[in-house]
Amino acid sequence: MTQKTLLDVKGLKTYFYLEGKKVAKAVDGVDFSVSPGETVALVGESGSGKSITSLSIMKLINKPGKIENGQILFDGKDLVGLTDKQMTNIRGREIGMIFQEPMTALNPVFTIGNQIKETLIRHKKISKAEAERKAIELLKLVGFPRAEETMKEYPHQLSGGMRQRAMIAIAISCDPKLLIADEPTTALDVTIQAQILDLMDEMKKKFNMAVLLITHDLGVVAEYADKVMVMYGGQIVEETKVEELFLNPKHPYTTGLLESLPSLEKEVDRLGAIKGMVPAAHSFPVGCRFSDRCPHAMDKCREKNPELREVEPGHKVRCYLYE
Amino acid sequence: MYQYIIRRVLVFIPMLFVLTILCFGLIKAAPGDPFSSRLDPKINPEVYEKQREALGLNDPIHIQYLNWVKGAIRGDFGESMIFKGRAVSDLIGERLENTLYLGLMTLFITVVVSIPIGIYSARHPYTPLDYGATAFGFFGLATPNFFFGLVAIYIFSITLGWLPAQGTVTRPGMEGFELFIDKIRHLILPSLTLGLAGTATYMRYMRSEVLDVLGSDYIRTARAKGMTERSVLYKHTLRNALIPIITLLGFEVGTLLAGAVITEGVFQFPGLGRLFLQSIGNRDYPTIMAINLMLGFLVLLGNLLADIFYSIVDPRIRYD
Ligand SMILES: Nc1ncnc2c1ncn2[C@@H]1O[C@H](COP(=O)(O)OP(=O)(O)OP(=O)(O)O)[C@@H](O)[C@H]1O
Ligand code: SF4
Ligand SMILES: [Mg+2]
Repeated sequence: MTQKTLLDVKGLKTYFYLEGKKVAKAVDGVDFSVSPGETVALVGESGSGKSITSLSIMKLINKPGKIENGQILFDGKDLVGLTDKQMTNIRGREIGMIFQEPMTALNPVFTIGNQIKETLIRHKKISKAEAERKAIELLKLVGFPRAEETMKEYPHQLSGGMRQRAMIAIAISCDPKLLIADEPTTALDVTIQAQILDLMDEMKKKFNMAVLLITHDLGVVAEYADKVMVMYGGQIVEETKVEELFLNPKHPYTTGLLESLPSLEKEVDRLGAIKGMVPAAHSFPVGCRFSDRCPHAMDKCREKNPELREVEPGHKVRCYLYE
Repeated sequence: MYQYIIRRVLVFIPMLFVLTILCFGLIKAAPGDPFSSRLDPKINPEVYEKQREALGLNDPIHIQYLNWVKGAIRGDFGESMIFKGRAVSDLIGERLENTLYLGLMTLFITVVVSIPIGIYSARHPYTPLDYGATAFGFFGLATPNFFFGLVAIYIFSITLGWLPAQGTVTRPGMEGFELFIDKIRHLILPSLTLGLAGTATYMRYMRSEVLDVLGSDYIRTARAKGMTERSVLYKHTLRNALIPIITLLGFEVGTLLAGAVITEGVFQFPGLGRLFLQSIGNRDYPTIMAINLMLGFLVLLGNLLADIFYSIVDPRIRYD
């Protein structure tokens, strides 16, 4: 088998079984792939299923959620079929992950050094002294000048940006092939955001990792990603190269998102750009999930959900306007 | 951390001072004196005055207080007014020891039973065993101490004959290991009785703490790092879940001592609690004051230890 793609997600469905027999279809048939060294962005409004998609790849879905269907081919293995114990050898070693909330993502009662070292010791089977040395090296790499002292510090002694740097150090400590970053800068000051994203980009190049970058900031997508997927209602509605998305957006939802971006020429009402709200994952409209907000909705849009189709080479859209 | 502990110990001293004032003041504020309940109306007022004079009851109040505190520091609480000629410290000594054993055994049972059950319940919520634990929790909280004690005596002592129902030793003169085992056997039923409500409470606390921590972001991080389930549970979860439990256990000292009064009564257990009731009934003021001081001291000490322990396990406390 030729190793073209690193991660190949096929027909992924992750459902939450709620009270009263309601089923929240948080991720409902998602297909995409990530090639080695590539940065793929996953964008969409709050509640569109981005986090659940990434947590499904890590198989970190807790009850009442369940990966219902689909394949997650990573490096040729289907992660869906692995036991939880087998997954512990993938997590942290093959796939590293960074979360949105640096303030709560680190364990408050252990030192930064301890939390980096335990990952190294778990996966690399190295001695404590060696882990200590490697951890200091990692901290220096992610921008802690006084790394030796930082090793002994606790999370509450660091700022949000610094904690996120520590999280990056942990995530890359075992040279993962894939780094998943779920809105890594949303909780940070604007001034810090670019530093953290630049650091991730630098690490990506240095270690030749692929990155799955989740964000709702199209500016971030433009700057850091190669490929972008727009997610809506638990499904991908558009997927293409980044330049293509900005030059030639097709899906009405994507156009709406782009219009809501502040630009130099025109003043826009950000909230007015797309009317309404993301439908709840347990009550999607019949037909196209965007139909009750779409300015171009037609009769057939309300009857059957369109398929994700390749309408131009490398450009997939889920919309009847392009059939 | 040491700074914090030193500061905390320094705060302990004024609290002790306030405690002595309270113990002394409350008794002085009570109407009557040790003689009022047993006074023969025909007694010669001169004799009565002499008695009061001899006991120092006619001294100015602050002098009385100072004398009492000075004595207390040396462990001298005066003579019991009821058990003629016996020093209060003598009276208390052995009983304090018994009550301490009872308290420690109770805490031990509470911790050893409630924490593992709480963890289990949190890891397997809404399973039959979790529901069982919940049912036991309600039972434990709803059953009065004395009632459970009586039922336990009926079942384990009278019917089955497994454990002794009263006292602290079977017969005098036992020694070494035999004595140790005998004392433990005497402690089991009273400790179970005294610890029932606490065990139920801590089981519930532990369950909700562990559930809370298991749902937290840093546990998700630990899992995302590939830590094994063992490490996630015993390293990352427990260390955090136990922090509030430890603090609560420090406050538990007061609850235990209050409960001991009743439990000791049920089991004819020669502890501080029973002596306390006797001395109140007899208006044995020196003894009441001494016991009050002891109990207050133990409560404060429990809180102090909890705080120190807290500062050791939670780094966020050390640097405020
Ligand atoms: N534990 C849960 N129980 C029930 N439903 C859930 C749960 N977690 C997620 N969902 C459902 O999954 C949907 C997608 O959630 P997800 O967290 O993936 O959104 P997101 O795109 O990451 O949004 P955000 O930008 O706010 O992070 C939500 O609308 C919610 O209804
Ligand atoms: S399918 Fe219809 S409703 Fe859906 S986005 Fe396209 S035009 Fe709008
Ligand atoms: Mg999210």
